[in-house]
Amino acid sequence: MNVFTDWVTYSVFGLVPKSLIADAVNFFIFDTIKIFILLTVIIFAVSIIRSFLPPEKIRGILSRKRVYTGNILASLLGIVTPFCSCSAIPLFLGFVQAGVPLGVTFSFLVASPMINEVALVLLLGMFGWKIALIYIASGLVIAILSGMIIGKMKLEKLVESFVYQNTLKNSVDLPKMSRKERVSYAKDYTLDILKKVWPYVLIGIGVGAWIHGYVPEDFLAQYAGADKWYAVPLAVLIGIPLYSNAAGIIPLVGALTEKGVSMGTTLAFMMSVTALSLPEFMILKKVMKTKLILIFAGVVGVGIMFTGFLFNLILK
Amino acid sequence: MKNEVVKIQVLGSGCPTCKKLFDLVSTSVKELGIDAEVEYIKDIQKILDMGVMSTPVLAINGKPIIVGSVPGKEKIKELINKNT
Repeated sequence: MNVFTDWVTYSVFGLVPKSLIADAVNFFIFDTIKIFILLTVIIFAVSIIRSFLPPEKIRGILSRKRVYTGNILASLLGIVTPFCSCSAIPLFLGFVQAGVPLGVTFSFLVASPMINEVALVLLLGMFGWKIALIYIASGLVIAILSGMIIGKMKLEKLVESFVYQNTLKNSVDLPKMSRKERVSYAKDYTLDILKKVWPYVLIGIGVGAWIHGYVPEDFLAQYAGADKWYAVPLAVLIGIPLYSNAAGIIPLVGALTEKGVSMGTTLAFMMSVTALSLPEFMILKKVMKTKLILIFAGVVGVGIMFTGFLFNLILK
Repeated sequence: MKNEVVKIQVLGSGCPTCKKLFDLVSTSVKELGIDAEVEYIKDIQKILDMGVMSTPVLAINGKPIIVGSVPGKEKIKELINKNT
């Protein structure tokens, strides 16, 4: 792939090797190809797994579990479930009314958007498998612990009262899927996601490539290096309103890291972008009191900051 | 069999994909010549009472047939035929 990228950059575009523009173009082409191959393969694989684990089935599993094991399972199952803010309400109501404990439900609500396949692919592509694994592991820990803490705080009274007035049976006969249907579901889903994210990914990689080529090395270290205590909280705050553009933000962040933003700060930023989402909070207001949303955001936010500081110390 | 009263419902939270399924089902029903009104339900509680959580849903006579995805029109017609 390197050979191909070099060939396009130097032969097709006729750019002079080692020049700034060649460097940026080279970076752009290489990353674009790499990211889109990874996206296609991984989203497809995850969709196949997902077709075996629809939320209705996950609810069945979780409603039989109590705390601790429930929190752990909820977080793990959150990885394979797709999540958009539009599904937050049905999931929340569906879980709670079927008897899944509140804390376990929150573990799921944290893990599901935070550990998603698009974020994973981009992390893998930008930083390699080690950082991607660190992201998954710390994301899981945050989801499990946040859910346990919220569960321990006994906040059921902060859920809108209508929620508990209805109880649901938690078994339903879902339409069975044949193998062919699973493959076609996965194919449709992959195309759907690619269609949604490609402009953001391209713009992100484009700006990233520009930064890669033109911004001096370590330029950002003076503002956002590991020794700046405010970098992590600031990254978390900036990340909250950015959810819809997660796909474009990660390639951008990849380039920023090269220029001196420390890894812990980057991880905290990514987690904030995916896990704390303003539109989701607005939607959740329909089913819970603002205080509960604030506690939820607070607990998760603290967890993310802790992760950020921790990896700023470890990953020098 | 075809003369039985069929209840066809599309349930969704009002998202664009739900609207798409509703439109597809409506045209499919018309093209199949089935005498049934397609109902569009946005009440989340009703969706949950059916036992499902992923939208959109196509339900025929109260039974969820399609959950959480929008298949092509041919597939929808086939499913409607099979379940009415």
